[in-house]
Amino acid sequence: MGLDIRIPIGLMFSIFGVIITLYGFFTKANTELYNRSLHVNINIWMGVIMLVFGIFMLLLVKLAKKPKE
Amino acid sequence: MLKLEWIDYLIMGVYFLFVLGIGWVLKKHMKNASAFLEAGRSMPAWVAGLAFISTNLGALEVMGMSGSGLKYGMLTTHFYWIGAIPAMIFLALFMMPFYYGSKARSVPEFLKLRYDEKTRGLNAILFAVMTILASGISMYALALLMNSVLGWDFNMSLWASAAIVLAYTYLGGLSSAIYNEVLQFFIIVIGLLPLVILSLMDVGGWGGLKEHLATPGVLPAGFAPDTWTTMWSHTGKATGNPMGVEWYGILFGLGFVLSFGYWCTNFLIVQRAMAAESKAAAIKVPLIGALPKMFIPFLIIVPGIVALVLLKDPASGFTLPVNEVGQPKYDYTIIALLQHYLPTGVLGLGITALLASFMSGMAGNVSAFNTVWTYDIYQSYIRPATNDKEADGKHYLTVGRVTTIVGVLLSIAAAYIAGKFGNIMDFLQTIFSMINAPLFAVIFLGMFWKRTTGHAAFVGLLGGFIIALLHHGLTIPHGANTMFKGGWIGVIHEYPVEMAQNFWTAIYAFSSSVILTVGLTYLTKQKKSDEELKGLVYSLTPRENVYVKEWYNKPVVLAAIVGIVCTVLTIMFW
Repeated sequence: MGLDIRIPIGLMFSIFGVIITLYGFFTKANTELYNRSLHVNINIWMGVIMLVFGIFMLLLVKLAKKPKE
Repeated sequence: MLKLEWIDYLIMGVYFLFVLGIGWVLKKHMKNASAFLEAGRSMPAWVAGLAFISTNLGALEVMGMSGSGLKYGMLTTHFYWIGAIPAMIFLALFMMPFYYGSKARSVPEFLKLRYDEKTRGLNAILFAVMTILASGISMYALALLMNSVLGWDFNMSLWASAAIVLAYTYLGGLSSAIYNEVLQFFIIVIGLLPLVILSLMDVGGWGGLKEHLATPGVLPAGFAPDTWTTMWSHTGKATGNPMGVEWYGILFGLGFVLSFGYWCTNFLIVQRAMAAESKAAAIKVPLIGALPKMFIPFLIIVPGIVALVLLKDPASGFTLPVNEVGQPKYDYTIIALLQHYLPTGVLGLGITALLASFMSGMAGNVSAFNTVWTYDIYQSYIRPATNDKEADGKHYLTVGRVTTIVGVLLSIAAAYIAGKFGNIMDFLQTIFSMINAPLFAVIFLGMFWKRTTGHAAFVGLLGGFIIALLHHGLTIPHGANTMFKGGWIGVIHEYPVEMAQNFWTAIYAFSSSVILTVGLTYLTKQKKSDEELKGLVYSLTPRENVYVKEWYNKPVVLAAIVGIVCTVLTIMFW
């Protein structure tokens, strides 16, 4: 149906990853914020996980296209 | 009240853009009714497989199952391992070849091909009503949650969430619903992931959780200390576990009748597999869906169990709102946990995950309603197909589009009725859940016994439903105070809990439907010839030997992997 769903998934999670990682980085010193998450900077962790996942999805698309060229 | 920051709204906004964008991209492909209502039968197996599981992972499922984690512990996992996996394997290997191969566009249409018009009509009308109710109820639950936890306006939440679902299903039909369900699946998993990690870290892992639960006073009196962390160990007696059901009740009620009734006949689910690009892909769809399905309990039930520990520890600061009679509102478990553990940033992601689960469930309802209304009611009874295929395709596309709008509006109306008469809506939902068990009996007999006749199927469908109603009217769960819970005819039996009553209702409905259908089949004449039943009945369908090169693509291999993993998980949490 003319849509490779991996592209929007990859793009969206890459965007989420960048936003959340940056936010986690800039709020690193805010101990009050991370009291809830047991003093873990969960934003940086989840941000990196999402970025890796997003890039992985986009790589899959790229790899799938290559053999046809 | 939970306070969201700009970053949380930014995450939500990006998500909405992508959801609507997918609908927009697909718009140009919507040239006829088949593209709009059947996704042109073009979905790869993995896409349809994830959509298959995602549409089931609606807001009521996520909220309800984590609440059940708190209420019943790991026993809730019965709804996944025994209560879904065997039925999904059965659907894939034994039923999908006929559903897909029959070229039926819906489950009611399959009934028409296999039996007759009246059986299709009965099922189509009940299904259409049930789907609208279910979507209204989940919409109401979501808007209420957003209102009480985030302080969003109830009406705004209701209309805005409905408008987004309407927009992308109107633009791209079933394809848009399916593609978005895949996207939503990943958001639900990734958005709830930090909750699992943090909640388990907090109690010291699975071992720590067990120790906390064994502390006196955490579990209700009368249960063994490991009742909340095991599945089968305490099902020898109904009084030994909080569900109040013995192992055989779970095995037959949930594991057989309820789960096969739901997974093998509910068009909402089956539609995803019917949209696959080939018969081989359609067979793989439920198996691919089963793989992630097995692990969803860790995502939503385990945090619910941690919530019980937090609730009993005043120092944790974790609370749940209570209802008029002082009972905790279990449905609030997941959002209370999000609030408890997640800081600004991932919190937005968690809320987005809840919204995504709502949308995947609702879009599923809307797209299934659309197809059943357009093909099984409108095309059958109002405007039959003509000889001009092309004009028909355009005409039914328009009808499908209009039905999308009408379906969403009806859901909104149902949501307001649910808000006003919650009891009646629960009651109606209980009643409609009674149609699944007889439906499974009738479809199963139809697929595997060529003798089964249309008259017998119709009576079996209706009779099973009536027996279920009578059972509900004659029994009552312990402590029930309204007639909506049962006993509205008179009470001849009392069940310890509501769940036991539900299981037994389904067992009675299924058994009576089988007896009626088989009995009447012998008394009535088969009107369909063997030639007409080819592709619909097991014994009349020639075996195709499809050669599959890769071992991992063979359905039997996939099914065996799913079965083994599920068995290992069950033993681990016995």
